[in-house]
Amino acid sequence: MFAVSLIAFALITAPPGDYLTSFAATLAQSGDVVDEARLDALRERYGFDQPFIVQYFRWIGGVLQGDFGISFEWQQPVGQLIWERMALSVTLALATLMFTWALALPIGIYSAVRKYSIGDYVATTIGFIGLATPNFLFALVLMYVAVVYFGSDVSGLFSEGYQDAPWSWAKFGDLLSHIWIPVIILGTSATASLVRIMRANLLDELYRPYVTTARAKGLSEWRLILKYPVRIAINPFISTIGWAFPQLISGAVITAFVLSLPTSGPLMLQALLAQDMYLAGAFILLLCCLSIVGMLVSDILLALIDPRIRFQ
Amino acid sequence: MDSTAPSTMPRGAPIPNTRDHDNKGRDTTVLEIRNLSTEFVTKRGAFRAVDDVSLELHAGKTLCVVGESGSGKSVMSRSILQIVDPPGRVAAGQVLLHRHRTARDAGIEDTVDLLQLSPTSKAIRNLRGRDIAMIFQEPMSSLSPVHRIGDQVGEAIRLHERVSKKEMRERTLELLRKVEIPNPGKAIDQFPFEFSGGMRQRAMIAMALACNPTVLIADEPTTALDVTIQAEILDLIRSIQDESDMAVLFITHDMGVVAEIADEIAVMRYGKVVETGDVYDIFEAPQHPYTQRLLNSVKELDQPSERRLAMRQARPVGAPCLVSDGVTKVFGAGKNWRGREARGLLAVDRADLELRKGENLGIVGESGSGKTTLGRCLQRVYDVTAGHVLYTAEDGRELDLAPMTENQLAGPWRDIRTVFQDPFSSLNPRMTIGQIIAEPLVVAGKLTAPEIRDRVFELLELVGLPDTAYMRYPHAFSGGQRQRVSIARAIAPNPRIIIADEATSALDVSLRTQILDLLLDLQERLDLSFILISHDIAVIRYFCDRIAVMYRGRIVEAGDTEEVCRNPAHDYTRSLLSAVPVADPRMRGQKQRVRYTETT
Amino acid sequence: MTSKIYSDPDVTMVEPGKLGAAAHPDPRTATANDDPRALGQAPEDFASQWKLIWISFRKHKLAMTGLIIVVLFYLIGAFAEFLAPFDPNASSAPDIYHPPQMIHFIDRAPDGGWSINPHVNFLTAERDPFTLATTFTEDPDRKIYLDFFGKGDPYRLWGLIPMERRLLTTENPDEMFFLFGADRLGRDMLSRTIYGTRISMSIGLIGVSLSLVLGLILGGISGYFGGRTDMFIQRVVELVISLPTIPIWLGLSAALPQDWSPLTRYFAITVILSLVAWTELARVVRGKFLTLRTEDFVTAARLDGCSRGRVIFRHMMPSMVSHIIASVTLAIPVMIIAETSLSFLGLGLTPPIISWGVLLKEAQNIRSIAQAPWLFVPGAAVCLAVLALNFLGDGLRDAADPYVQDND
Repeated sequence: MFAVSLIAFALITAPPGDYLTSFAATLAQSGDVVDEARLDALRERYGFDQPFIVQYFRWIGGVLQGDFGISFEWQQPVGQLIWERMALSVTLALATLMFTWALALPIGIYSAVRKYSIGDYVATTIGFIGLATPNFLFALVLMYVAVVYFGSDVSGLFSEGYQDAPWSWAKFGDLLSHIWIPVIILGTSATASLVRIMRANLLDELYRPYVTTARAKGLSEWRLILKYPVRIAINPFISTIGWAFPQLISGAVITAFVLSLPTSGPLMLQALLAQDMYLAGAFILLLCCLSIVGMLVSDILLALIDPRIRFQ
Repeated sequence: MDSTAPSTMPRGAPIPNTRDHDNKGRDTTVLEIRNLSTEFVTKRGAFRAVDDVSLELHAGKTLCVVGESGSGKSVMSRSILQIVDPPGRVAAGQVLLHRHRTARDAGIEDTVDLLQLSPTSKAIRNLRGRDIAMIFQEPMSSLSPVHRIGDQVGEAIRLHERVSKKEMRERTLELLRKVEIPNPGKAIDQFPFEFSGGMRQRAMIAMALACNPTVLIADEPTTALDVTIQAEILDLIRSIQDESDMAVLFITHDMGVVAEIADEIAVMRYGKVVETGDVYDIFEAPQHPYTQRLLNSVKELDQPSERRLAMRQARPVGAPCLVSDGVTKVFGAGKNWRGREARGLLAVDRADLELRKGENLGIVGESGSGKTTLGRCLQRVYDVTAGHVLYTAEDGRELDLAPMTENQLAGPWRDIRTVFQDPFSSLNPRMTIGQIIAEPLVVAGKLTAPEIRDRVFELLELVGLPDTAYMRYPHAFSGGQRQRVSIARAIAPNPRIIIADEATSALDVSLRTQILDLLLDLQERLDLSFILISHDIAVIRYFCDRIAVMYRGRIVEAGDTEEVCRNPAHDYTRSLLSAVPVADPRMRGQKQRVRYTETT
Repeated sequence: MTSKIYSDPDVTMVEPGKLGAAAHPDPRTATANDDPRALGQAPEDFASQWKLIWISFRKHKLAMTGLIIVVLFYLIGAFAEFLAPFDPNASSAPDIYHPPQMIHFIDRAPDGGWSINPHVNFLTAERDPFTLATTFTEDPDRKIYLDFFGKGDPYRLWGLIPMERRLLTTENPDEMFFLFGADRLGRDMLSRTIYGTRISMSIGLIGVSLSLVLGLILGGISGYFGGRTDMFIQRVVELVISLPTIPIWLGLSAALPQDWSPLTRYFAITVILSLVAWTELARVVRGKFLTLRTEDFVTAARLDGCSRGRVIFRHMMPSMVSHIIASVTLAIPVMIIAETSLSFLGLGLTPPIISWGVLLKEAQNIRSIAQAPWLFVPGAAVCLAVLALNFLGDGLRDAADPYVQDND
């Protein structure tokens, strides 16, 4: 966690100059006279003249108390800006994860058990294409199809009426009716890779001696497969929470940008471009932490499901 | 589906030497295999793993199917229940189960042809595990690693009988008790990886016995186990059979096990049964040349090699040339990365041993006894934790190998060479045989390229391989041939000592004597001394002049091979020797088995 | 060593009587009668690992297709100047959002006769006076004739060799044609996509080389020394893997000074991409090192007196190279997608450099793609390239260890 926060901070302070330089540049562009003394005062107030370590500790100290600093561009505390967007990001990532599992698990099992059947080939082909298409491209194509053939706009997470409305069941329902598009977009490539993993793992397990043992006991084919090899092949599935979560969050940044979703991605991008360091830093830090939490959760789940790990 | 085939079936070809009736004159045949063929369909075409096999099993009797690897015996046993993994499939034949002839279902005629049933049908599933149960070779991988023992054993009951969960647990406990698993109340909730190999195999047997099957098919159930455990498992199977009148089909490659347990024998080779008959008859007078050869190589192995004895007469054993003085090896000791003290695993504990010039020293022990570790310490592949490895060089200087660095060891390593156990992983698949054998010569840098070439050809000649092997890659060779390559590499730099770690264990019995004779031949020509590490007493008895017995990292006994084998001094040696199956059915039951339990 | 699927030692794939069966016995079937002098004569017995890999790779149809496509892509990248009909940055005001044209080979004269003469039909632009939207209509009477290997704008191949000839040009140097359409400045999408191929495909290659160097060194150190070094490097690898890549990439590339030259930026982006991508390769290298270290033949090499370097390079490396090549091939598409995504967001490469991502940035808003769907062409190129590389990598991975029997 500490290493992550250091990396996040190093990242956002790395650009030469700081927000004030670009602020000054914008002012100069618009013809305003830039008051050097005023800039210096600001710089001192934000501590930009301090060495890196001092700046870092000031920042992380604040973060630990729940204070992420102030966004220069928005002139608001970062905390106020990010929470709702982060919450939506997490919702989106979790929904996608569910979608991915719900799809990838049965397809993967089917693909492995009926190896080289037509269904397997179809799944493999779709999987390959899903892997090869960048998320944003998929999003663009989907938008294009929606606009040209259905004349509807699929961007955003809420209908216009609900954009700024307070949370209610109606708004929640509206969210549900919108969220499936980004979920599909985000989930496709993860599903594709999960199907491949599941298929490969299950194929490894399907012909193990313990499967033969169970068959010799008289178990029926499907019950047998679900109870034994799938149970073991599912381990990598659990560990997907670890790696698929960061991937989903990653992918979400771009997709959210294309679909202009009110999640963390677009705002973070904007903040990065404008060198709005506290805002960008908060996003990067939280996203990284989220990934690490995902990793931990998957480790714990793995230990729960596999006694071999538990007893180590 | 009509699962009952007509009972008045035409009889197949009469099978010699089988007794169709018990002493009351009743027909006891419970399982008949008629003209069974199983094929493996690959891109290269169909291959018959089992070819026209006919066998009969009788209630209360054990039929042993013997054969070397590749003979199709295991596939045959799986064909009975139609659980051959794809691409294998049963191509032809009948497997008739006479259910009316078993104690349980006595009465009405009830014969089922298992091969008429679809492999996934409910009819055959009801028979699997209930009428015919199986146990397998690998007790580790044959049990699911993530399910509790109790679940796996209990499942076999629940599948075939309607019992409550509580009842199931009761019966599972009883089964575990029956197979002599200590503390069944605790074992029932444990996972397979918490068990030792022998205990896992007991659990497998418990699972197979869950529904009191008519037929038990045991596919090499003791091959992966140590001899002492093997003896216990064989005892267990026999005692269960005595109680229940169950017919056992026992698959094995080990003639000793056959002699211990079989009533009848079927010898398989290349998918066909070449000979069947009563166990006494076959051991007495084998008819088929293959059976004769198989029995000969087994019998040959169990006594000292004539060749070796003759050689010792001509050239007596010299002074000690490699001495292990209190060698101790601890794995994983020292501080771990957090600075915590780790205790480590004591693999070899103060081993004292000496190899004399021109003699063959055997180190025998079961898995985990530390024999391989000791061998590697003597060669200094591993660092030695304590003690000395004293090597007397050609010029008479005595060197202590223990504290040497890898660079200093280059010289001694030319004199002390190794033949590895696994002929597959010991040869780099990406180099030609010529390159592999030449490597030590190239590295030594004393010979020119043409000289090295000539030397490699000479070495190939010595180990009995043709010149054409030079340009080939290891994948072109069989296990026995690869082991010869490994030997050629070992003798390339004119060594004085060769440490052979289980050099024959991966090979079939008939090949073992070939390789051991080759080693003896080389000893005569090149004046070598050998250390042979093995779990197989027969091999050591054939090859070694002296023997050291290892148990849990310690050498418990050492001495002249014949002396130790005839009059073992230590209790462990006694129990080890008594557990080794003797390849003679007449000896059955005469030997008193000794169990060894450590008293310290 | 043994086959993956059969745990049963008795199953052998020997087929009596056919070549490669009697002549090529499965080593495990060795029985009493096998004479050590009896050796097969199968050509595979003499085949080195690369030959065996090639033999098994060739059977993989998808992988072969992938290989061909990948080679084509790199050839396109290498000879971009020659293959592109026009200068990719030459804009033409009348041809804004010019739709793609079909190339016709058979030229029908008005009198009914015909000849083989490649051409495209001319499109006339009309501007709606009210909406100001331009519409293009086909003019069947006006044809633009095309020449293979004709003279076009002069250029320097790889910036060195001055040339004039291009693969496809118009007969009349003042006319233009747009097989893939034109963008919002009337630039030829075909030429731009071809130039984009060069940058996008090369960034994958260079980026992977960089991460390979990093992965080899760190993975090698980790695998060879083990112990505490290994521990530390593994922790770092885990940390990097647990980070979401895109925010990190975004952060890093946002840190690049805006005023860097396009070339510096190109290299900086490559470095950034490989900084995150090396972990996978390091893991592969380390894993291979660890498994190989315990192989008997490596111990045998040590006992043969080989120096440490000789053990690694002569005995261990050959077993790793094929696996490394396979993982590298699978890492390239990841790089390509990453570059495309970054450039698409405007944080990767920026004009005047042309990459597929830069081109797709044009297709960012819904209005332009609705009007000019051919702006997706670079996207199709990305998909095709990534797909082909994945097929190729999969095939290589399956063929990488020719000594494991596969059961497909």
